[in-house]
Amino acid sequence: MTISANSNQTLPRSPGDTSLSNNEIRLSVEQISYGYSPNPAQAPVFTLEATSFQARPGEIVAVLGPNACGKSTLLKLISGALVPLSGRVLLNGIEVTSLPYKLRAQRIAMVQQESPLLFPCRAWEFVLQGRHPYRGSLRFETEDDIAIARNALAEVNAEHLSDRWMDKISGGEKQRVILARALAQQPLLLLLDEPTLHLDIGAQVDLLETLRRLAARHSCTIVVVTHELNLAGEYADQVVLLQRGKCLRVGPPASVYQRELLEQVFQAKLAVEIAVSGRPHVSVLSGS
Amino acid sequence: MRALTLQRLLLRCGILAAILFVVVVIALKLGAVPVSLYGLARDLISVILGQRSALSSDYGMIVIDIRLPRILLGIIVGASLSVAGTGFQALLRNPLADPYVLGVSGGAAVGAILAILLGPHLALAPAVAVLLTPVGAFLGASGTIAAVYLLGQRQGEIDNGTLLLAGIITASFFSAIIIFLMTTQSSNLRGMSYWLMGDLSLSPPRSLYVMLVAGFFLASGIIYTTASDLNLLLSGEKEAMHLGVDVRRVRLVVYISASILTGLAVSVSGSIGYVGLLVPHVMRLIFGSDHRTLLPTAAIGGAIAVVIADTLARIVVAPAELPVGAMTALAGAPLFLYLLRKTTA
Repeated sequence: MTISANSNQTLPRSPGDTSLSNNEIRLSVEQISYGYSPNPAQAPVFTLEATSFQARPGEIVAVLGPNACGKSTLLKLISGALVPLSGRVLLNGIEVTSLPYKLRAQRIAMVQQESPLLFPCRAWEFVLQGRHPYRGSLRFETEDDIAIARNALAEVNAEHLSDRWMDKISGGEKQRVILARALAQQPLLLLLDEPTLHLDIGAQVDLLETLRRLAARHSCTIVVVTHELNLAGEYADQVVLLQRGKCLRVGPPASVYQRELLEQVFQAKLAVEIAVSGRPHVSVLSGS
Repeated sequence: MRALTLQRLLLRCGILAAILFVVVVIALKLGAVPVSLYGLARDLISVILGQRSALSSDYGMIVIDIRLPRILLGIIVGASLSVAGTGFQALLRNPLADPYVLGVSGGAAVGAILAILLGPHLALAPAVAVLLTPVGAFLGASGTIAAVYLLGQRQGEIDNGTLLLAGIITASFFSAIIIFLMTTQSSNLRGMSYWLMGDLSLSPPRSLYVMLVAGFFLASGIIYTTASDLNLLLSGEKEAMHLGVDVRRVRLVVYISASILTGLAVSVSGSIGYVGLLVPHVMRLIFGSDHRTLLPTAAIGGAIAVVIADTLARIVVAPAELPVGAMTALAGAPLFLYLLRKTTA
C-alpha cells in the first residue's frame, strides 16, 4: 500500500492531546444505559442495560452480537448522537454529550452504513467534507485542508478515485472514500457501524488491515460494530459481546470467544480454536 | 482536486451577472413599442444621473416607468424562487421540492385575496391601502409556515416526510379555498391566472421594492451562512450531525428563510411555476452541487430565467400578454422531462 511521505503529519492530535501515552485511557464508557420507545408515554420497547468498557489510544474494540442486540445503539451513545439514560461516555476525560457539534466532530468520526447522496459529488469533494468541523461557516478550504484530504485518500489507497463520481464507484471503493472522509476529520476516536457489510472477503480483510494500521500509526482508538466473528477475533484488541441489550462479556478475543458463550449468544453449534498467534477462530459445525 | 475558492466563485457569478445584464438590456428593448439601443442607453443614463426631465420621449417613459420596474420585479422574484427552491431541495432531501411544495404560495394567495376583499371595508389611507394585498399575502404565507411547521412534527422533532405531507395537504386545501373565492367573488379579484400561473404585469408600489430587495438579501444571506451545512445534509441528517452540523438549527433557519423568500415572491407575482424547481437543477448540472456556488448562481440564473420568460410573455402575442407562469410552464415542462431522462439514463 502506498503511503505518502508526510502522511504522519496528516493526522496530528489536537493540541493538548500530544501528552497522551498509550497507557492512558482514551475512551471510557461508564455504566451507560438507554431505552427506546416510539411513544414516550409507553414503556421502552428496547433497552440497553448498563454497559462499561475502556479503550486506550491505538486500540481496536469490536462490538459483537446477534441482530437487534443493541450494537448500533451502543455506537450512537458513544458518538454522542444519543444521550444515555444513565452513565456517561468520556473521551480524554470529557463527556462527549457536553461537546458542541463541531468540537465533537473534530474528535469523533463516524463511518455509518451507507446512505445515498441526494446529488452526486466527486470523491475529493466528499473527502473534503471531513474538514467541515474545522472551518467557519463562510470559509473556503485552505491548502492544508486539501493536503489533509489528499493524504486521507492515500491512507486508504484511494488516490486514484479522487476525481470519480461517488455514484459511479463500487461498494468497496465507496467504503474506502467514506473512511477517507472520516480520517480527514483527524479524529481521536473512529467509530464504524458494520463497515464490512456488502464487502467481499478480500475487501473485508483490506479494510481491517487498514484500520489496524491507522490505529497504530495515529494512536486512533477505533470502535467497530460487526457481525464478522473471525475478523473481529483476528484484528480487535478487545471485544464487547452483547445479547438482547445486555453486555455479557468484555475483554480480549481469546477470553470472550468461549464456545458455550458464543453458542448461547448466536444460537448455533460452533467450534472455537485458538491459533498459534493466540487469536481465536470460530467455525460453524455442519448440521447445526 | 480543485477546491472552491472565492475567485472561482466570483468568476462564475460574474459571468452569470453579465448574461443577466445582456438579458435585461434586450428585455428593455423588446416589446409592443420598439426602442432603439441608442435611445435606451441615453434614457437609462438620464435616469441614473437623476435627470428624468431629459427623457427623450414617451418611449422613454415606457421603458423607464413600465418595463424597467417589471424587469426588476422579475429579477427579485426569480432570484427568490430559485434560492428558496435550492434550500427546500436540500432541506427536504427531495430533488422534486420547489418553493411551493409546503403550501406557502397557497397561504399567500388566500391572504392576498382576503386582503382584497376586506380592503374596501377598511378606511385606509391610499398609501397604506396599496400595501394591503402584499401584506395580506405575506401574513398568509407566514401563517402557513407556522401551521405546516407544527403539523410536520413527530415527537417534538421536525420529520421531513411528515413535513412534506403536511405541506402538500395544506397546499391542496388552500387551492380549494382559492377556487371557491375566485368563483364566488370574481368581480372583486384579479384574474385566476395571477394566482395560479403567476403574473408580473401588475407592478407593486415603489415602496414595496425596498422591502422586497431587503427581504431577499436578508433571507438569502441567512441561507448562505448554512451553505456548507447544506452540502453535508445531502448525505443525510445523521451524517451531517457527525460532521459537526447542528441539524436542528440549520433546518429551522433554512425552512423559515426559504419560506419568507417564497412568501415575498408570491405576494407580488402569484405562483410562477418551475423556476424554483428547475433552475437549481440546471445550475447543479453546470457548476456542481456545492451550495456555496449553487445558491448565488441559482439566484442569478433564476433572475435570468424569469426576465426571459416575462419578456417572451410580453411579446409572443403582442399587444396582448400571457401570464409569465404560462411561459415558465411551457419551457419548464419539456426541460424537466429532458433533465429527468438525462439523470436516469
